[in-house]
Amino acid sequence: MIYQGKQKIWSDYQKDIPDDHWYYARSCIRQNFFPASEKYFLEIARKVLGKDICDNEHHTTCGGIAYHSDTIPQETAMTIVARQFALMSECGYENLVVSCITSFGNYNETIETWREFPELEAKIRENLWKACRREFKVPKYVAHASDLIFKFRHEIAAKSVNRLVNRETGEPLRVVEHIGCHYSKMFPHKGFGGAEYPCVLSGMVESWGGQVIDYPERRHCCGYGFRQYHVKANRGYCVANTHKKFESMEPFHPDMIITNCPGCPYFLDRWQYVISEQTGKTYGQGGYGIPVLTYEELAGLMLGYDPWDLGLQTHQVAVEPLLDKIGVKYDPAAKYLGLNKEDLLRPELPTNMKCH
Amino acid sequence: MGKLYDELAADYRFREGLKTCINCGTCTAVCPAAEFYCYDPRRILDTIQRRDDGQIEALLKSETIWYCGECFSCMTRCPRGNAAGKVIMALRELSIRRGYFTESERGRQVYPLSKAIVGNILNYGYCIYPDTFVYEDHLESGPVWKWFLDHKEKGYERLGANYKGKGPGALRMIAREDLDELKAIFDVSGGTELTESIEKFSGQKAAEMGMTPEEYERYTFEQCSPKHFNH
Repeated sequence: MIYQGKQKIWSDYQKDIPDDHWYYARSCIRQNFFPASEKYFLEIARKVLGKDICDNEHHTTCGGIAYHSDTIPQETAMTIVARQFALMSECGYENLVVSCITSFGNYNETIETWREFPELEAKIRENLWKACRREFKVPKYVAHASDLIFKFRHEIAAKSVNRLVNRETGEPLRVVEHIGCHYSKMFPHKGFGGAEYPCVLSGMVESWGGQVIDYPERRHCCGYGFRQYHVKANRGYCVANTHKKFESMEPFHPDMIITNCPGCPYFLDRWQYVISEQTGKTYGQGGYGIPVLTYEELAGLMLGYDPWDLGLQTHQVAVEPLLDKIGVKYDPAAKYLGLNKEDLLRPELPTNMKCH
Repeated sequence: MGKLYDELAADYRFREGLKTCINCGTCTAVCPAAEFYCYDPRRILDTIQRRDDGQIEALLKSETIWYCGECFSCMTRCPRGNAAGKVIMALRELSIRRGYFTESERGRQVYPLSKAIVGNILNYGYCIYPDTFVYEDHLESGPVWKWFLDHKEKGYERLGANYKGKGPGALRMIAREDLDELKAIFDVSGGTELTESIEKFSGQKAAEMGMTPEEYERYTFEQCSPKHFNH
């Protein structure tokens, strides 16, 4: 078959990723703010899809946030990455699946740079041996964890008890997708659909019954910016970028946002709260915000997991309007309870943004 | 060719990020930082391509190299395969090594960044860690996160994390021997040396400004003058 035009470009950005046997590298931000997303990624991959995924206690941060905050040199970042590769090799795995977009970019940058400059790979191997007495094989394949969910999205749909459909009207829910800059802006051929036609999230949304919204600032950064967020003085940059995105998506009335990167859901959720406090403006219906979910949380909801097991109570934007539209069953009284229904009190309410 | 230019050219990110710039300005057009800050990556690449050490030194002491958010939108769109963001990373590292970063308000922020993030890596094995994420410095995390941090042991337990626990899982305690390996990696790969540069030059600047290191860390974390922004 001869591909032409967009079809040809699209065919260049398909990835044939391995079916099984993955070594999992966790994300600093996801572990801090969305730990249940990592738990349910493993649960879905292992129990729903029957995949073999290794979760090794000895791996650490990849150093990506430090690297992109300019506090560690490239050689240090690469040697930490090499140690992750060594742990993977020692466990007998060849495929790396990564929970973080910046880690994904970091691993790909390392491998691509070594391909261009083999002497640097030799230097890093020497560093790792000196520091840790470890050796490694470069992974045969590096995937982002969402790539696996995308690859098996139809299987997940087949096992789902919920659909991204408004149960009152029967209409598909309107979904904004945000793939995160380091997924494919640095190395477009590493992401499903590249930077031009990314489909890792839109593919999930469409398979699960929703409708993807295209809006002008769809590819704009969430505004994290590393040093722009981690220094208090710079955070105006972050909220300004998120504000630009929300002003752009507002006329399209999204029911929810699905995110790829661990940082983006935190920022797109929390800056809505800040904007509402600063200006009184909210972007959802009836004074609510627009719920922002990780792809693991959304997959979990489709499969019928309890929203509070998935951690949706730790979002600042209330998720109940979305749960009600889908028809997800939940116990409002259980939202802020600990394990064994222990009373953990309740958070205070924002001034302007409505929450349940 | 100047000495500073030679040092830049030795950085792999510089070699990958600046190949055949035609100064078209696409990087500036797509850059989120260029919209918000007085920032123009096209001009920075233009300055570097002149290979004038005086101009490069001025750049290394300036505010402008610290505005980039490293999103790499520039890398996707450059018609010649350059990456202004990568060149910025090389410039920032050279600015730190030479001690020039303390000459600008935004450059001085390297100190609180290093204390927080490198501290988290070497002490806990994570770039971000709940014990050092202080709500009072993160009001944007919202009342929900204040509530969560107030109950973090039970909250993480509820969400299936293994906070400070043994074995695998989210936020597990990273074993001492694994942290020792990270420290050894820092020692052999230049990480420790860079951290020491940051400490040394920041200490000198703090003394010059009449501050203790703690006062300087807080000041550089919070100080924001209006000169940075597009209006």
